[in-house]
Order: sequence, then structure tokens, then C-alpha cells
Amino acid sequence: MTEPVSMAGALNAALADALSDDPRVLVFGEDVGALGGVFRITDGLAAKFGDERVFDTPLAESGIVGTAIGMAMNGLVPVVEMQFDAFAYPAFEQITSHLAKLRNRTRGRVGLPVVVRVPYGGGIGGVEHHSDSSEAYYTHTPGLRVVTPGTPADAYRLLRQAIACPDPVIFLEPKRRYWAKETAVLSADGPAIDRAVVRRTGNDVTLIAYGGTVATALEAAEAAVEEDWDVEVVDLRSLSPFDDETVTASVRRTGRVVVVHEASRFTGYGAEVVARLQEQCFHYLQAPILRVAGLDIPYPPPKLEQHHLPTVDRILDAVARLQWDDNA
Amino acid sequence: MTTLDALLPTAEPLGLIDAEGNALGGDLPPDEILLELYRRMVVGRRFDAQATALTKQGRLAVYPSSRGQEACQIGAVLAMREQDWLFPTYRDSVAIVSRAVPPAEVLSLLRGEWHCGYDPHAHRVAPQCTPLATNTLHAVGLAHAARLKGEDTVAVVLLGDGATSEGDTHEALNFAAVWKAPVVFLVQNNGYAISVPLSKQTAAPSLAYKGVGYGMRSMLVDGNDAAMVYTAVKQAIASDGPTLIEALTYRIEAHTNADDATRYRPSDEVQRWLGRDPIARLETYLRARRLLDDAAAERLTAEAEERAAAVREEMNRDVEVDPAELFAHVYATPTPALVAQRKELES
Repeated sequence: MTEPVSMAGALNAALADALSDDPRVLVFGEDVGALGGVFRITDGLAAKFGDERVFDTPLAESGIVGTAIGMAMNGLVPVVEMQFDAFAYPAFEQITSHLAKLRNRTRGRVGLPVVVRVPYGGGIGGVEHHSDSSEAYYTHTPGLRVVTPGTPADAYRLLRQAIACPDPVIFLEPKRRYWAKETAVLSADGPAIDRAVVRRTGNDVTLIAYGGTVATALEAAEAAVEEDWDVEVVDLRSLSPFDDETVTASVRRTGRVVVVHEASRFTGYGAEVVARLQEQCFHYLQAPILRVAGLDIPYPPPKLEQHHLPTVDRILDAVARLQWDDNA
Repeated sequence: MTTLDALLPTAEPLGLIDAEGNALGGDLPPDEILLELYRRMVVGRRFDAQATALTKQGRLAVYPSSRGQEACQIGAVLAMREQDWLFPTYRDSVAIVSRAVPPAEVLSLLRGEWHCGYDPHAHRVAPQCTPLATNTLHAVGLAHAARLKGEDTVAVVLLGDGATSEGDTHEALNFAAVWKAPVVFLVQNNGYAISVPLSKQTAAPSLAYKGVGYGMRSMLVDGNDAAMVYTAVKQAIASDGPTLIEALTYRIEAHTNADDATRYRPSDEVQRWLGRDPIARLETYLRARRLLDDAAAERLTAEAEERAAAVREEMNRDVEVDPAELFAHVYATPTPALVAQRKELES
């Protein structure tokens, strides 16, 4: 029997199962104990596993990541929570200068199996500093893995894989998808941590999405049927490293591509995707690759955020601009 | 409940042997420890001079000298037990060598061969920290993990006066105090953060007060008194929870060989501190007690020369570097993109 499960529920189950399976795993951060996290991702874990394994810390993000590094040096596997995307910035130095680099600095002698969970992105009506898409800050840092799930089942799988991974993982949780449900068996098996997956097959266009925009892209793909476009949707899952194999195979088949993300367009993650694809698939492309992205503005206030976020209409508009007539 | 009095440092720095080599009446470490402190300081100072000389010969890219701070470097390390961890900065090479890490491996960073040349787990010495104060949090995390695992391990983290202004220091003091983590924060207050004097770094009467606000026991000691630093660190290691120790010392040399200290500090100040030298005062004390004579001092000088010669010889050999290694340790397993970049570089 499988019950519909939300992404929040799947993440909670992944943490609980990881804590059960591996005594080295610890969960800590701000409000993750008695409260169960502001999004309830750690709900019930402190009661079940005790306050030596699931605990609240002082309110200091650099302190959380910095101490996680020390704990990992001493053989533990910390899974820490940053309460919101923009509240992770105080930890930036610890993440980029130490978490990402210690394995390399020590010639592979000191690896850091740390997972930094970051609820990210907008669409929840949050006030300022609660809706940033901060992925490019992390993907630009060699030594980090950066992953983001698009579905509840994948949230479970990716988080289990991230916790089992010997490298540090920035685990970006698309907070506006926390409550969307899916009927699925939760399992860590399936596509590996560094692989993209094709969520919907199609022959005319590839939509490349991740995290919060996977559902939007799938919705756009369904709507495109009316226009007679057969749309494929690739869910990247792993932003770093990038799964060139899966993505280029799709692009070579369809010849048309739209990259969809919430983050601002200018030097956003999509710029790297476009650059890689034109380097590797130039002769297969029927049209320039387009991006549907956030505006190049600081994240807007709640009453204006619908203008910033990629929508089905904006995606369909981009698909319509893929030079279909030139090919007729 | 902890009372404020139990946390507060003394108004004047604690000491056991004064600048003239006189015992001040406190409980001194055993004679063999005093002799070992002296021996290691002499060897350490010679290593330090050798490393500075190697920069002039182009064998090291840069070297931040700790001359004058030997009492802190050696006192802390000698007080540590095998199971304890040291978290050093770039200025603490003498401490790391004293922790029996091979000198060539310590100098790997400054030689430009690799970032950290030694195995941190083998020696229980973290990589030398170049961004200031970040290592304080690593020390707290490692010590807290030790406590959770039921291990009797203390983390000793070295930092300077400048680093006490960084946010990470404050987060580390707070986390350590809240978690009662077994950490010793040894602040080597050498008067300057490169060129910026302490008066522009803090308005606090003592850096030791910074621990008190977090509920941490804090001490102020004479940082040029090796017996005192040794005793303070040893007590801190033996006690429950964290301790902050401010050790007053002085950086005799410039920030590094590339720095010009005459631009920001008067020479009479340096002269004053040369008169408070940590090695000279301990030598005076040991000779007065007849624990050290000319023959023993000469043997020690010979040992220091021999070790320096070995460092010189090793560093004068050209080191092989392998471009393929650039890709080897970024992730546990190199990603396909890194494998491709390696092949591109090799072709």
C-alpha cells in the first residue's frame, strides 16, 4: 500500500531512515529540535532520536556549518539546516573556503561528508530574504555537489544519496513544492545522485528544469499538446556536477531547448547550461537555446512575485519562438 | 551556576618566571618539562630562522615568522596529549613541527607544492588556517563530536589578536560555551594584525574578556613565559568545557618576509620586547638552578643546527609536482568533466 506523500514528508522520512541506519548521522540547525523546523521537515526527529543526534544550535549559520566541518573531521555525518536561502549567506565562507576545499587541500586525506539543506526559491508569498534562488553561488564552487529534487519520491532518494555521499552536498529544497503530494514508494534506489532524468518524453522540444520549475515545465508540456508540440522535460536533479550525457542525448533528439529556472537570468545557472549545450550539440540545434528565468531584479515582494517566476505561459511563449517556421 | 568571578581573568597577566628569569612563586612544572620547553624553543627558533632564510633563496614563496612567540607555540604543544587536536594558523609552523610533523610537510603550503602537506589525522593537526578565525569553529565541532562519541579529546585552537574581531571567533566561543565543548582557545596577542595595532582592534581591557560574555572561563597570561603558557593550557585541557587564554606576546619579525614593519611600529618597542625574550628568561632560570650548563646548551645548539641543516637540504631539493593531481582530490571520485579536463591538460 502506498499513501500519497508530500515532499516535506518524504524529506522527513529520509532523515529518519538515515538516522536509523547510520549512528554517525546528526541533524542540527535552528529550530530543528522541538519545533521540527519552520517547515516541519525535522518534525518528530528529536523526540525519536534524542537531543544528542537532533538538536537546536545557537542562531549563527557560519557556526552551524563551521562546527559541522569539525564534526565531519571527527568521523560524524552532519546534516544541517539553513532556515532559508538568504539566511545561509553568513555561512558562505565556511562553505566555499572550507567545506568545498578540505578534501583537496589535504590531498584527499580529509573528506567532509556534510549535507547542507537549504529551503530555496520563491512562490510562497515570503517577505524579503525568504525567496532567493542561490544555486549559482554554490555551483560556481568546485568541490561541492549541488542537488535539488523536483518530486517527493526524488526528494527522499536524493537526500538519502546525499547523506551517503562522501562529498559535501548543498541540498536545495524547492520550498514551494514542499506540500505537493505524489503516490510513490520511497526508495534510495534509482537514478544516481549525479544523474538527470527525463520526466516526460517528447520529440520536438526539450525543457530543462530543476527544483521548483520541474512541475511548471511538466504543466507547460501538457499545455503544449494543444499546440501540437511534443515536449520532453528533463529534470536536472544534480546541478553540480552536470549530467552532460543525459541532457545532450535529449537535445540531440529534439534539436530545440528551453532552460527554465527561477533565478535571475544574468549569469544564472541557465547560462552555463546553454554554453555547454551549444559546445556539445551545435550541429543538432534547430534554434538558439532560450532561457525562461527570473527577472534581473532583487526578489520581489509577495504581491509582485508572479511577474518574476517562470509560468506556463512564459514557457509556451519561449517554445513558440524556437524558429519553427524556418525549419518548414 | 557559574559565577562571574569564576570566569573572569586576572587584572594582571599570570606568570611563573619573569622577564629577568626569576621564579615568581607559583607552582612551576617539573624540571624535565622546563628543560623540554627550553629545548623545543631553541630548536623552534632555529627552524623559524631557517624558514625565513629559505624565502630569501626563493625556496619558499613566503614565511610568516613566529620569532618571539615560542613560549606560546611550544608551551601549548607540550601541554597537549597525544589524543588532542591542534588547530593552527599560518603563523604556527613552529608549533606544528613541535607536534612532530615533518618540517618539509609543514612547509609544503609555503613552498607552493600543495596546500596542506601533512596528514591531519596522522598527527591530529588540522591544516594551517589562512582565513582568520574560521578554524575556531572547526575546533569546536571536532571537540563536540569527541564528546558525543565519548572520546577524551580536547581541541586546542591557535588564533591571534586580529582574529578576535572576526565573527567566527564569536560564534565559536558561543557554541563552545553552550555545548560545554572541550576546546582551548589560545589567543596569541602579539600586538599587531599585520600593521594594525591592538588599540585599533579592540576597546576591551583584555581580549580575555571576550570569553566571559559567552560564559566561558578566561585567563590572561604572560605569553612569553613558557612555563606559564604550558601550565595554563594543561589546566585548561584537564578542566571541563572550554577555556579562553589570552597570552601576551610580541611578533619580533615583520608579518612575513614580504612585510616592512618599520612603517607601522617604532624600533624601541621591538627593543623593549627583545628584553622580554621567552628563551633568554628560561635559560637564565635554568642556569641559576644549575639545570643547564654550557655543555648542555652547546649540545642543544648543535642539535638545532643539525635539524635546520636537514630542513635546508630537503627544501633545496626540487620537488616534483604532478598536474594530474589537480583533478584527483576535488571530489572523492573525479567527475566526468574533471576527467575530461585532465586529459585535455595532459594532451
